[in-house]
Amino acid sequence: MANGSDIKGYVHSLETFGLVDGPGVRFVVFLQGCSLRCQFCHNPETWHSGGEEWSAEKLWQKAFRYKQYWKSNGGVTVSGGEPLLQIDFLIEFFKLAKKAGVHTALDTAGQPFSTNPDWLEKFKTLMEYTDLVLLDLKLMDEDGHKALTGKTNQNILEMAKWLSENSNKMWIRHVLVPNLTDDEADLKKMYEFISTLKTVERVEVLPYHTLGLAKWVSMGIEYPLDGVKVPTEEQIKRAEEILHTADYQK
Amino acid sequence: MTNFKQWEGFEGSIWKKEVNTRDFIQKNYRPYDGDASFLEGPTDATNKLWGILQQLQKEERAKGGVLDMDTSIVSTLTSHKPGYISEETKDLEKVVGLQTDKPLKRAFMPFGGIKMAEQACTTNGYEPDPELHKIFNEYTTTHNQGVFDAYTPEMKAVRHNHIITGLPDTYGRGRIVGDYRRVALYGIDFLIAEKKKDFNNCGDGTMTDDVIRLREEIAKQIRALNGMKEMAKMYGYDISEPATNAQEAVQWLYFGYLAAIKTQNGAAMSVGRVSTFLDIYIQRDLDNGTITEAEAQELIDHFVMKCRMVKFARIPSYNQLFSGDPVWATLEVAGIGMDGRSMVTKNDYRFLHTLENMGPSPEPNLTVLYSSALPENFKKYASKISITTSSVQYENDDVMKPVWGDDYSICCCVSATQTGKEMQFFGARANLAKCLLYSINGGVDLKTREQCGPAYRPITSEYLDYDEVIPAFTRMMDWLAGLYVNTLNLIQYMHDKYFYEAAEMALIDTDVRRTFATGIAGFSHVVDSLSAIKYAKVKVIRDETGIAVDYETTGDFPRYGNDDDRADEIALWLLKTFLDMIKKHHTYRDSEPTTSILTITSNVVYGKATGAMPDGRKAGEPLSPGANPAYGAEQNGLLASLNSVAKLPYHWALDGISNTQTINPDALGHNDDERVNNLVQVLDGYFDQGAHHLNVNVFGKEKLIDAMEHPEKEEYANFTIRVSGYAVKFIDLTREQQLDVISRTCHATM
Repeated sequence: MANGSDIKGYVHSLETFGLVDGPGVRFVVFLQGCSLRCQFCHNPETWHSGGEEWSAEKLWQKAFRYKQYWKSNGGVTVSGGEPLLQIDFLIEFFKLAKKAGVHTALDTAGQPFSTNPDWLEKFKTLMEYTDLVLLDLKLMDEDGHKALTGKTNQNILEMAKWLSENSNKMWIRHVLVPNLTDDEADLKKMYEFISTLKTVERVEVLPYHTLGLAKWVSMGIEYPLDGVKVPTEEQIKRAEEILHTADYQK
Repeated sequence: MTNFKQWEGFEGSIWKKEVNTRDFIQKNYRPYDGDASFLEGPTDATNKLWGILQQLQKEERAKGGVLDMDTSIVSTLTSHKPGYISEETKDLEKVVGLQTDKPLKRAFMPFGGIKMAEQACTTNGYEPDPELHKIFNEYTTTHNQGVFDAYTPEMKAVRHNHIITGLPDTYGRGRIVGDYRRVALYGIDFLIAEKKKDFNNCGDGTMTDDVIRLREEIAKQIRALNGMKEMAKMYGYDISEPATNAQEAVQWLYFGYLAAIKTQNGAAMSVGRVSTFLDIYIQRDLDNGTITEAEAQELIDHFVMKCRMVKFARIPSYNQLFSGDPVWATLEVAGIGMDGRSMVTKNDYRFLHTLENMGPSPEPNLTVLYSSALPENFKKYASKISITTSSVQYENDDVMKPVWGDDYSICCCVSATQTGKEMQFFGARANLAKCLLYSINGGVDLKTREQCGPAYRPITSEYLDYDEVIPAFTRMMDWLAGLYVNTLNLIQYMHDKYFYEAAEMALIDTDVRRTFATGIAGFSHVVDSLSAIKYAKVKVIRDETGIAVDYETTGDFPRYGNDDDRADEIALWLLKTFLDMIKKHHTYRDSEPTTSILTITSNVVYGKATGAMPDGRKAGEPLSPGANPAYGAEQNGLLASLNSVAKLPYHWALDGISNTQTINPDALGHNDDERVNNLVQVLDGYFDQGAHHLNVNVFGKEKLIDAMEHPEKEEYANFTIRVSGYAVKFIDLTREQQLDVISRTCHATM
């Protein structure tokens, strides 16, 4: 295994003022690179590899400058892109955070999750330093998921189960896109699945927004959701009812 | 020792032996750390009066911003017969007194300058009385006349070229806060007696210039105190003795403030730190069972309603500078006492609650003196009010208290002053962005092509070299600082002579401390430009005459606003260097020089007069306001931006460092509780680092755009936003300023 200090992270951007990606005020690191190609992605510029090279130590020093805003509930969140694609870096970064007693959250779509023993070993190590996983569930229907993201959802659901069995806290997040991820039957299935998990603290419906559209245009990629509207208050409420978000309010 | 029956139930004795409002407050106030559940809604009378006033405000807007004006009466304490919100409802007004005989009617105030007073009339379609023209041109001298008689050609040149801007040489300088509480606590006769003692103890008998001047000033103050009594009498009140109860205390105090706004038209006419003081009276009445909470709230609502009605006649160029008709009736709540007790009382809640009872409003400029040590309940309530009304600003009590004690007021947008102990000479701004361009062009102004600054050797290289620019800029800044201080010396001298603030000074100790406020405009653009010169390549584009008109910057460079020390160190250097240059010079009446970074909506006008900068800012574009990072410079979100501003030490800019931020409600948290708590954490984190000031707006860009396009919608009638150091109704801004506000960073990560 590589020496901690040699591992580099590839960072897309930093947000010092993250208030909706985990509890409290958070320093959010957006890592570069993702293997999903979600049609509603609002950060398509994080898909490909690249990004600014950071050592975990340097990034931690930068993050820790914001400790006075975190108080008792805030901390750091690593998002992406797909942060689990840089799991070695994540381990190093979260290790430093936990050493300083800071709350850590991992914002992931779970796609890299694998039961391959080597990978799982790393994941276990990562979970030792992770206080909360923000896990995106997009669709329960396997075919629909493939069509929407280009990948299977089986290992994502596996990951949720694994977290539940290993007592890792999680928030389940679902991006609500009208006509795409708001199918009533699928949402019901999703709730059935969620209700089997033991460590879910919160379930959130994130309304799809079009702020990412300009990025697709500027990157010259055709936007598959052109013309799709943001969900109405009613649609959001309906999804929240089906997913029983009010029951998960920790 | 005097002992009025009106003082029954009050503790302490020092404040009875001398005029000492602070001692009275400390001995008598009751800290409150409970929540907001005790608050009461508006009474029927409040709803009725506020309804009438809103209708008048609508008419005012429909008439182009001015409802009515005086053209033949010179405003004095007793120039107008009593005025009410409306004749029919005058018995409903728990606090009475208007600047003129009618609501929102603007008074004629020629002592600052007759030309401006007349122009204010004519541009609004009113004809000023020719007799007044004659009097104020032929028989007497105004402040404006005095200043222009004495100005040097160089002073006129920097003024005309807008490198020194916003000078108070045509109207009142403002920023002097009388201790209006004294009227309530002591009554006028006691105050006159004390001033007479000062008059008799003035000097040792040798009639030097200072002693003569002071004797004349005290005589004017005593005359003003007598005038206040007359003014109150016209409204049916005898204020020669202390106030008996809460209603009288509010009324007496307001008469003190009314005296100031009837006689002075300063840019900033602050009310001061009155909340804790008034709570003592209200609490006494509540304890005695002579008042209910609903009645207490009504008193505060009516007092605040009066503060929302303060108006001055202004000219168009003034309105461009300070948009939205502000008066900076700044009023403070909260703070922590020197002994560590919170100064939050129920009344601090009541004042914030006026924004719920009567909706959001830019005036009075409600200011929370913040500390992370304030009661959690109060912090949450203030945060909630910010989120729902965007009408509150925050200033760090932890950094101000060591300098000004625990009884300071905010005398302008963000500048502190010791209440009743101190006055401030307001001094506008030096445009350091222009100064940097002068140093490159050898003192030639880009816009007018005049040799405005000294003809120092210009920079002629194709690419700017940091080590060449810094000495040139420093030299030019040193010239500017000296000229700036001297111009202000002259203005303050003439203001004392021809437009002395007798009513305000009558409520301030005779042995007054004076501060001399200067200010910086264009701060972030200078910092970023110097950083560009240091870390990137800046090519100079010159026209055929050899004047640098634009810059081509290639390569990345750190910008102020990202918590990056490389840029932020330049910011510190700039502030300290300018302050030290200001401090070298003689300042009028032994005042203490300070500086500030707090330009307000004037950033738009200042920007128009400023050429392109090496940081990429185009010629004529608005400067970023106050100490805010340049638009679009922030790459790492709000907290990085806050951290950059927080690095500027308050004691290098004791006149204030303003910072305005807008947060999208969706980005502030998932639900109301979270949003309230998160905002408290941001405030704690920012101020615990020693930062000075924060304006918090909570709304999305969409709302601003909709309000700009549809100002007629009912929901936008009182839509208030915070800009640097003050608040305005958004629909009262010019379209240019609205676009400027919209283009600024809105923190909305999702």
